[in-house]
Amino acid sequence: MNPLLELSDVGIEFPTPKGPFCALQNVNLKIKKGEFISLIGHSGCGKSTVLNIVAGLYQATQGGVVLSGKEVNEPGPERAVVFQNHSLLPWLTAYQNVELAVKRVFKGHKSKAEMREWIEHNLELVHMSHAMHKRPDEISGGMKQRVGIARALSMEPQVLLMDEPFGALDALTRAHLQDSLMEIQKDLNNTVIMITHDVDEAVLLSDRIVMMTNGPSATIGEIMDVELERPRNRIQLADDPQYNKYRQQVLSFLYEKQRKPDTDAPAKKAADSDDSNEEKVDKKTGEVA
Amino acid sequence: MTTALSNIAWISPFVSIAKGEDVSGNIQTIIKTIGLPLAGLLVFLMIWQAAASNINTSLGQFPGPGDVVTQTKGLLSEHFTEREKAEAFYERQEKRNAARVKQDPTYVPKTRDYTGKPTYIDQIGTSLVTVLSGFVLASLIAIPFGIVIGLSANLYSAFNPVIQIFKPVSPLAWLPIVTMVVSALYVSDDPMVPKSFVTSMITVMLCCLWPTVINTAVGVASIPKDLVNVSQVLRLSYMEHVRKIVLPSSIPMVFTGLRLSLGIAWMVLIAAEMLAQNPGLGKFVWDEFQNGSSDSLGRIMVAVITIGLIGFLLDRVMLMIQRKVSWDKSAATR
Repeated sequence: MNPLLELSDVGIEFPTPKGPFCALQNVNLKIKKGEFISLIGHSGCGKSTVLNIVAGLYQATQGGVVLSGKEVNEPGPERAVVFQNHSLLPWLTAYQNVELAVKRVFKGHKSKAEMREWIEHNLELVHMSHAMHKRPDEISGGMKQRVGIARALSMEPQVLLMDEPFGALDALTRAHLQDSLMEIQKDLNNTVIMITHDVDEAVLLSDRIVMMTNGPSATIGEIMDVELERPRNRIQLADDPQYNKYRQQVLSFLYEKQRKPDTDAPAKKAADSDDSNEEKVDKKTGEVA
Repeated sequence: MTTALSNIAWISPFVSIAKGEDVSGNIQTIIKTIGLPLAGLLVFLMIWQAAASNINTSLGQFPGPGDVVTQTKGLLSEHFTEREKAEAFYERQEKRNAARVKQDPTYVPKTRDYTGKPTYIDQIGTSLVTVLSGFVLASLIAIPFGIVIGLSANLYSAFNPVIQIFKPVSPLAWLPIVTMVVSALYVSDDPMVPKSFVTSMITVMLCCLWPTVINTAVGVASIPKDLVNVSQVLRLSYMEHVRKIVLPSSIPMVFTGLRLSLGIAWMVLIAAEMLAQNPGLGKFVWDEFQNGSSDSLGRIMVAVITIGLIGFLLDRVMLMIQRKVSWDKSAATR
């Protein structure tokens, strides 16, 4: 079966005053329809860059992305993005935010009544029907993210891109949203690429976990298949030896093979800053004297 | 109705006392919201009175609060007498015309406008019309221009020096140039509006463009990247992007600019009217100064206070519009 989405030899360089900075290179990945992929890695390793290239928000300077046989070179609703900070338009209600997307994508294909039904259906999917006509500043962070997901789903994307969708939420809300997402995924079977820095989230949700090496010139380090049966239940999985093996494998990649060179530095840094503080005080007293 | 009333800061405690809620707390609120401003005003009036009685000018003693009240009454009664005269004039004219038509049915009645001098109230009206015309004209230019340069960092860099150079220019510097240009270009046997009006309006416009341009541009340039990304993912066209994302998102900043602009417009107007002889408050002040009677300083003081009050009211009106239009209620509180 042909892959739905194919990244071949993707790399990107950003121009800087000190010459080009290579953020990403040799990223090769084939994604089948209906697959749920997580990208995990330390912050600054370029996982967001990969997502932005697939979204079309960045242009790869090397290689390319092909979605259903067409090369990706600009953003579009068939690759809907759920942004980390919900990015709802603050002057529109939840309904209107979804409406903006639906009108854009289905204009001419759906009648007014069908559009309304479709908007309401998508808000229902993320359990937001009760607060449909509230504006983002009137609902909680978790609810905003739900609306963000509804907006993305309403575009019926071929690939759903999620950029640390639950990163800004507290642990309980995050768990709720992960469960909601699994529930939706069971019905819709979307193709999803999700960025995360949460190992549990990655193992719980994904079919495959793509682990990225540290930048600069970051690339894919390892790819792990997660063969846990669905539906998955976080409580049962907590005791599951297979689940824990997967977890352990990701953790060992992140903290042993790809340990950030400066992760043991904080203690030293603190000491440094103490020194500099002392210096300042000294200077000050010197001036006073 | 009660909810509408209780939205006004100084009325709400009264409403709430009337409902029998928390009387002592509300009395404290009343003292804070009404008592303190009144006390401040009183102290100011006392200082004014004391200072006025110690300043002697060639036009007599500097007017204190009492003189200003007298002059205000004088100006108002002048206004009403003038209105009565005008009415009487039109009545006479009508009667005369009616009589002539009766005598000779072929007579086409002539109507002439009353040509009395404009009263203080008329002058306030002229000033308001002039300032609002200038301000609206400036806004119509400044907002679209601000959006266009805000959307493109390159255009912004290109135009920024021009904006920065023209921003601090005084209306007094513009006025002679504007006067000459208006005289050269605005030629008509039967002008719709007098030249002095056009001159004042354009001067006001030139001076009050800049805050709106700058604030709009900054508002547009600081749209969160995420919202721009949303627009890109939805493939909104340039015009849709402007209408659906850029405009609403920058509305709070646009209004900040508009309020600054209107404040400047009002300040500039007085100077412009003085020199352009547009029959508004500025001309009133100038004429009183030239007139040099013992009442003049008092009348000018009335104008000063009127100018202050109207400036304040204009800002409040803008604030009310902002609250109606803007989604960001927190930005509209001051």
